[in-house]
Amino acid sequence: MPESGLASMKARVTVTLKSGVLDPQGKAIEGALKSLGVSGVASVRQGKVFDIEVEGADRARAEAALKDAAEKLLANTVIENYRIEVVG
Amino acid sequence: MKSAVLVFPGINRERDMARTLRLISGQEPAMVWHADTALPAGTDLVVIPGGFSYGDYLRCGAIAARAPIMNAVREHAARGGLVLGVCNGFQILCETGLLPGVLMRNAALKFICKDVYLRVERSDTPFTCGYNAGQVIRVPVAHGEGNYVADAATVAALEAGGRVAYRYCAPDGALDPAWNVNGAINSIAGILNERGNVLGLMPHPENHVESSIGPTDGRGLFAGLVQHFAKAA
Repeated sequence: MPESGLASMKARVTVTLKSGVLDPQGKAIEGALKSLGVSGVASVRQGKVFDIEVEGADRARAEAALKDAAEKLLANTVIENYRIEVVG
Repeated sequence: MKSAVLVFPGINRERDMARTLRLISGQEPAMVWHADTALPAGTDLVVIPGGFSYGDYLRCGAIAARAPIMNAVREHAARGGLVLGVCNGFQILCETGLLPGVLMRNAALKFICKDVYLRVERSDTPFTCGYNAGQVIRVPVAHGEGNYVADAATVAALEAGGRVAYRYCAPDGALDPAWNVNGAINSIAGILNERGNVLGLMPHPENHVESSIGPTDGRGLFAGLVQHFAKAA
């Protein structure tokens, strides 16, 4: 593929609470689902999804930049885990 | 006491804080904009006030913690300078890593705006020397995310190091889950860093300093700071 200045990749960073961290919002949603009669819901944990467009076509570089973003800002690693996916 | 109050977009308690600092120290605090890169020369105390910096987007305090001025605050703290973060200021200090742990959504999920009782755990720090150890004070809280959480090792280190400066308590000073308004672990309302020069506190002592509008229990924190610097001079 020719080098293009406009090349970009789609990526997704998912941030979730570490297990053991109390999630009152997830609990409230869980309660609401149960009261709505949605069957089979055992538990709910709330997280965040960031859809990010990364410049360039270098996958390794994109992953490194997203890791930097997640560590520096998107996740608070005291209480949260993150997962990076470069969709391409 | 030369103080500097940081101002971020979305902060709304900076004028209450400035008024209290002026009233009790007799000196006009500097108001320092978040995009500045330096504190005024000779700053003794940096105060990060309450509010909703950046609309609490992402996480409370997360974006303010990465603002340009925070590098200067980190350097000030590293030099031993005093830093006080109240409410959103406490959340910002946790997000910068100057204090451990994090402030989560209140256990009962509701925003809480009312007076609470705090037990002052020790009187030998610049942030508590205006009170007696064990003294109970009444000050307001106004927050949705004040539920202090940290891993077991961090909490054990805070307790062993005497770094819990203020706790939520009953009017008689007893620790009671019913008076631990936001569900914070060990009823923690305010903590010190390891060196003891950074305090984060959820309640607002700056709002209880004038008898014309109610109790004045918050004065002790600021009077103690003034006294600390007067002694050092």
